[in-house]
Amino acid sequence: MLKIDNIHAKAGEKEILKGISLTVNAGEVHAIMGPNGSGKSTLAQVIAGHPGFEVTSGSITYGGDDLLDMDPEVRAQKGVFLAFQYPVEIPGVTNAYFLRSAYNEIRKANGQEDVDPMDFLDLMEKKIKLVDMDPAMLHRSVNAGFSGGEKKRNEILQMAVLEPKLAILDETDSGLDIDALRVVSSGVNALKRADNATIVVTHYQRLLNYIVPDFVHVLAGGKIVKSGGKELALELEAKGYDWLVDAA
Amino acid sequence: MTAPVAKYADAFAALDTTGAPGWLADLRSAALAEFNAVGFPTTRNEDWHFTSVTPIAERSFRSAKPSAAPTLADVLAATVGDPSWPRAVFVNGRFEASLSSLKTLGAGVRVGTLADTLKDSPDFVAAHLGKLATFDKQAFTAFNTAFAQDGLVVRIAHGVKADAPLHVIHIADARAAGCMLHPRLLVMAEPLSEFGIVESFVSLKASEYFTNAVAEITIGNGARVHHYKVQRESEQAFHVGTVQVAQGRDSAFHSFSYAAGAALSRTNIYSRLGGEAAEVRLNGLYMVDGSQHADHQTFVEHIAPHCASRELYKGILDGHAHGVFNGKVYVDPEAQKTDGKQSNHALLLSGTARVDSKPQLEIFADDVKCTHGSTVGRLDDIALFYMKSRGIGAESARALLTYAFAAEVLETVELDALREGLEKIAFERFTQTEQ
Repeated sequence: MLKIDNIHAKAGEKEILKGISLTVNAGEVHAIMGPNGSGKSTLAQVIAGHPGFEVTSGSITYGGDDLLDMDPEVRAQKGVFLAFQYPVEIPGVTNAYFLRSAYNEIRKANGQEDVDPMDFLDLMEKKIKLVDMDPAMLHRSVNAGFSGGEKKRNEILQMAVLEPKLAILDETDSGLDIDALRVVSSGVNALKRADNATIVVTHYQRLLNYIVPDFVHVLAGGKIVKSGGKELALELEAKGYDWLVDAA
Repeated sequence: MTAPVAKYADAFAALDTTGAPGWLADLRSAALAEFNAVGFPTTRNEDWHFTSVTPIAERSFRSAKPSAAPTLADVLAATVGDPSWPRAVFVNGRFEASLSSLKTLGAGVRVGTLADTLKDSPDFVAAHLGKLATFDKQAFTAFNTAFAQDGLVVRIAHGVKADAPLHVIHIADARAAGCMLHPRLLVMAEPLSEFGIVESFVSLKASEYFTNAVAEITIGNGARVHHYKVQRESEQAFHVGTVQVAQGRDSAFHSFSYAAGAALSRTNIYSRLGGEAAEVRLNGLYMVDGSQHADHQTFVEHIAPHCASRELYKGILDGHAHGVFNGKVYVDPEAQKTDGKQSNHALLLSGTARVDSKPQLEIFADDVKCTHGSTVGRLDDIALFYMKSRGIGAESARALLTYAFAAEVLETVELDALREGLEKIAFERFTQTEQ
């Protein structure tokens, strides 16, 4: 589904990703771990098409197509979804309107008709139960005045409604208490299917107790320094990152 | 350059002043004398530094003649609001009884034309007209005071809370071309009353005319007044409007000024917080394009202690448009515990649009909290990316974010029909521009 080949990327003059290769197949869950500043959030944002990063070499193919050649909205229309580490507040646009616009644009790009607004309301109300959010929040401005936890739930709600093929969760666990973490994780797990894939970017192993990865990759200094199965996350929890960072 | 204003002497002499009491004739003459003495302001005048009124000064506008009324359907189609609200309609500056509907006003709310009120309550008019909006060194207020032929007087009795707002509609049609319109509004909200008033300035046909409006609003102790100004004049027209408010103890004044019309507009909203614990909220939205110029000046005078003022203005400018926001706050030495906050945010959609923002705080009390903030910018790249990352195309994302910028301040309009109408205008304006 996703093939990252020796990708290099910089922000301004600073090179952050220094040759990352990674293959993600349908049905898989990959965890990207690493210390602060290792480049793991940059990797997530480069896949989604963040304008703040410039890819200097390497390639990313998605479903066989050149992902880097696509605008961010085209990537989303083809099923890429990034749950932001810091979701953006959009005062003045309601959650419901925002979601319906996104949903319809994705449908339009895939040759489908706009959804009936009432049918869409039913869909949202069904999906909102997954993340245990108050339905009244659908009619509030996107993320405006939301608590940190509410913003993260709202990201997962968007994911639930848009049903991406490739979901990337960027530090979705940061700022969540244990109850919220459980809710968010069960929401993500409920969306898991054989034909989609998930990349979980996290600093801590904690989230991986709930969203169990098939593969764990450790990033340090802009490179993957170690890959392994889910037991690698436990090892990191016990030993920290230093032994890998030093070895790199 | 002080533009010649003597050209208006003949028009003044030709005014029909039949039945006007002596004091009013004196007031008008004094106003004309002041107008002649000060002339139109130039950009050397600090209050007009960013706004040149040369296009107004160099033209010679005529007094409007009475003309046949447009249809009610045309009037309502041109305005935003609930058609069931009681309304007073002025066509080319003159009150039009056949289009007005004042029967649904509740008990305790008296609305009459200036001419009628001069007949039935001459002492009231004498006691209040020109008392808040004084014309000393104020050319446009002097101009209005000298020439105001028709106007509206609104009185809300003690403790009366009106259900529906009064919609004052100033409509210009094709016959307004070349004319000057000097509407005058006098509002007296007696203690503990609550009232809403919407002043709409609209045109039925693009034409060049000059609206020079003055409103005086007295808000008694514990009374609340909501004032909405909707300026959607012809884009060839000129508009200067002053709203002068005096607030008593524990009173509230909520103002919203929407400015999207006129080639050149200047709106002054001034409130004097003369009684303790009064509250004032001045919000506004200006949306201009092409070569339009929209200027707002607010002035909050904190005279009494424990008063609060809040201001939020937003501007969206495209083309070569020029926006100005000048927010003045004065805190008297007596006005301790003043709590003032002012923000002005402008969004530039083109590289040639421009905005000048000037907060002006004069604080003479030592135990006060006054803040101001001002931003001028473009759409946030990260917010655009966030929308695109959800599949929303670049153009739609820009349109939606531009609308959102406007909607954030439109949300503060408390009248549902007005808010929804303005949101619809803003939404269509930006989504259609972008497509």
